[in-house]
Amino acid sequence: MSKRFNRRSRKAVIPLAVVGALLAGAALTGCGRQRDGSVYTVLNSSTDETYHRWDAEAMARCGERLGVTVEQQSVPAAQVMTKALRMASSKSLPDIVQFDASEMPVFAEAGGLTDLRTLGLDTDGVPRGIVNFGSYRGTYYGAARTVNTLALFYNKDLLGQAGLEVPTTWAELRETARKLTRGKRYGLALSAGGAEDGVFQFTPFMWSNGGDETRLDGPRVVEALDYWKSLLKDGSLSKSTVGWTQADVNDQFMAGNAAMMINGPWQVETLNTEKSLHWGIARIPVPKPGAESVAPLGGAVLTVPDTGDERRERMAGKIVGCLTSEREQLTYARNSWMVPANGKAAAVWRGQVPQLDALADQVATARSRTARLGAGWPAVSLALQSAFQAALTGQSSQAALQRAQQRATSGN
Amino acid sequence: MTTPTVTARGAAPTAGVPAAARPRYRRRLAQWGFVAPAVLFMLLFFGYPLVRNVVMSFQHYTPKTFFTGEAPLNGFDNWSAVFRDALFGKALWHTLVFTAGSLLGQFCAGLALAVFFTRRFPLNGVLRSLILLPWLVPMVVSGIVWRRILDQDTGVLNSFLDAIGLDGHTPWLTSPHMALLSVILVNIWIGIPFNMVILYGGLQEVPRELYEAAALDGASAWRTFRSITLPTLRPVITVVLVLGFMSTVKILDLILALTDGGPADATQTLGTLTYQNSFVRLDFGAGAVVGNVLILISAVFAVFYLRANRTEGK
Repeated sequence: MSKRFNRRSRKAVIPLAVVGALLAGAALTGCGRQRDGSVYTVLNSSTDETYHRWDAEAMARCGERLGVTVEQQSVPAAQVMTKALRMASSKSLPDIVQFDASEMPVFAEAGGLTDLRTLGLDTDGVPRGIVNFGSYRGTYYGAARTVNTLALFYNKDLLGQAGLEVPTTWAELRETARKLTRGKRYGLALSAGGAEDGVFQFTPFMWSNGGDETRLDGPRVVEALDYWKSLLKDGSLSKSTVGWTQADVNDQFMAGNAAMMINGPWQVETLNTEKSLHWGIARIPVPKPGAESVAPLGGAVLTVPDTGDERRERMAGKIVGCLTSEREQLTYARNSWMVPANGKAAAVWRGQVPQLDALADQVATARSRTARLGAGWPAVSLALQSAFQAALTGQSSQAALQRAQQRATSGN
Repeated sequence: MTTPTVTARGAAPTAGVPAAARPRYRRRLAQWGFVAPAVLFMLLFFGYPLVRNVVMSFQHYTPKTFFTGEAPLNGFDNWSAVFRDALFGKALWHTLVFTAGSLLGQFCAGLALAVFFTRRFPLNGVLRSLILLPWLVPMVVSGIVWRRILDQDTGVLNSFLDAIGLDGHTPWLTSPHMALLSVILVNIWIGIPFNMVILYGGLQEVPRELYEAAALDGASAWRTFRSITLPTLRPVITVVLVLGFMSTVKILDLILALTDGGPADATQTLGTLTYQNSFVRLDFGAGAVVGNVLILISAVFAVFYLRANRTEGK
């Protein structure tokens, strides 16, 4: 009997042991992985095969130069912030995090980043605008390899057939778009989707018109939104605009459903796969002749999280320094079609990729989205998305933006 | 569990008190050993997050908290901020419409198909498995495919409507007045297989004799359905509706893939609002508040479900 009973109690022990093992496992992973002395990790959003490969190659080159191994851990762009926060609470932050520049202030504000200058990174040769791009409250936290912005892409053949010039002002853009709208083809495509894509695309219109994200219901912002509405009313923009991401806009342009589009250089790789498509780019048209075209500065910055391990942080700083060196910037810029952050590298790049000249000009005057609001940007961005969608689907720009301003400020 | 009880009782008088106490003690231990994993699992993966979420809704929980671990209590600040936000009321209403609409559509279509497939006809099995397809496709994939189908200019649906001479310019996902309806329709499409499978299973349990008796009495098809099929199906219907409710009320992925809550917040539900508060605005306290409201709503229906099951058991 006792033998039988023993077998029973042993059976009972098994589930207990399994649970115990699970608990122990959970506890251990919670404490963070033991770091391997010579392996450094980079958290980034390079989930596309091409970007992942380019990054891996760059990291291999830098690792070899510095005598360490650099590994990347890629998650979708929308998850970099939450993943980094989770890793912070379990004290398992990677050595380097690549943030989208609009997200970096939130992490810096929380006290999670190291001043790159104390790690020996200098900013000589980096244009002031791009140093500011990687800075929060005057501290340089993020080094950019390349930056990007928006430009007007146009179908050369369609403009040529219609005998039209590339538009430079709002009035010309409206006129050109109207004339290019034929049958199933729209004159212009842009993204007014309910995500950061749409806000990114609205900023050049808002800023070039003298509007500002600190006062969404200001007359200049209302005017910019009314301009978008007029394009829609002319039929030059598809009504689906409110649902399109920037990738959707590119698809429409490539399919010939749009004669012009507002988009960024990260689409060039895809655009070039369509050999029959002859496209050109220009600066985004301005409200009045002679006005300055202010576009948003986009791109990612490499940051070194504050892990408390000074020796590792210094090496991480060196890795960032190598990845953002002129040579690596140029390689990365040529791969991804974005503009090198460093002034000298950008000059070399201009010579190599003359077709993207307009983009390099646009970058020179481009502005960072978070320069004014810092960590307060996400709340304003959300309010703005809702506002332009409401306006484009029927509401008055004034009313929609007034509500957006209320929402943006009530959150704080 | 019955065998050890019997042996222990039999052994007790002859072996004396200490020997009897030990097996009983061991048996208790063994019994608890079996229950413990489940209890631990529940506490760890359900109890702890639940309590944390409730506590979090009373805390000022920001990105900084992840570094310092400090989240000062701020009373009802998060709650009042969320309730004062006009978007919350909108989202609550949308959630209600979305859930009621989806359930009604899924259930009616599912029941109709289930009844249809109880007849024997060629290709019955093949068709039945084809209808299961929406269930097998990941929600995000369905969302992205439907987004293309419903595109106002280039979508297949509008082209089709054009081709058959109907107005092919319906702004399915781009009009604030249409978007919620479109999202509901897609969710109905996704939910039909689940309803059909469970109800079909239930229909197999209905005794054939009842139908024969009804046929002999000369009952009409509608009368047979109302007086035999529906009443015998009732326990299954409760299960389908309650489970359907709980998976519909918290929907997130489908809406994010289809409309991202837009246009102009027309498809914002409690699920997307939780996501937006927590992971876009990074205001985890406010996110927790909306999450708690969702949990509360689900809990009410869980109680209904448990009660319904208990009465059925008796």
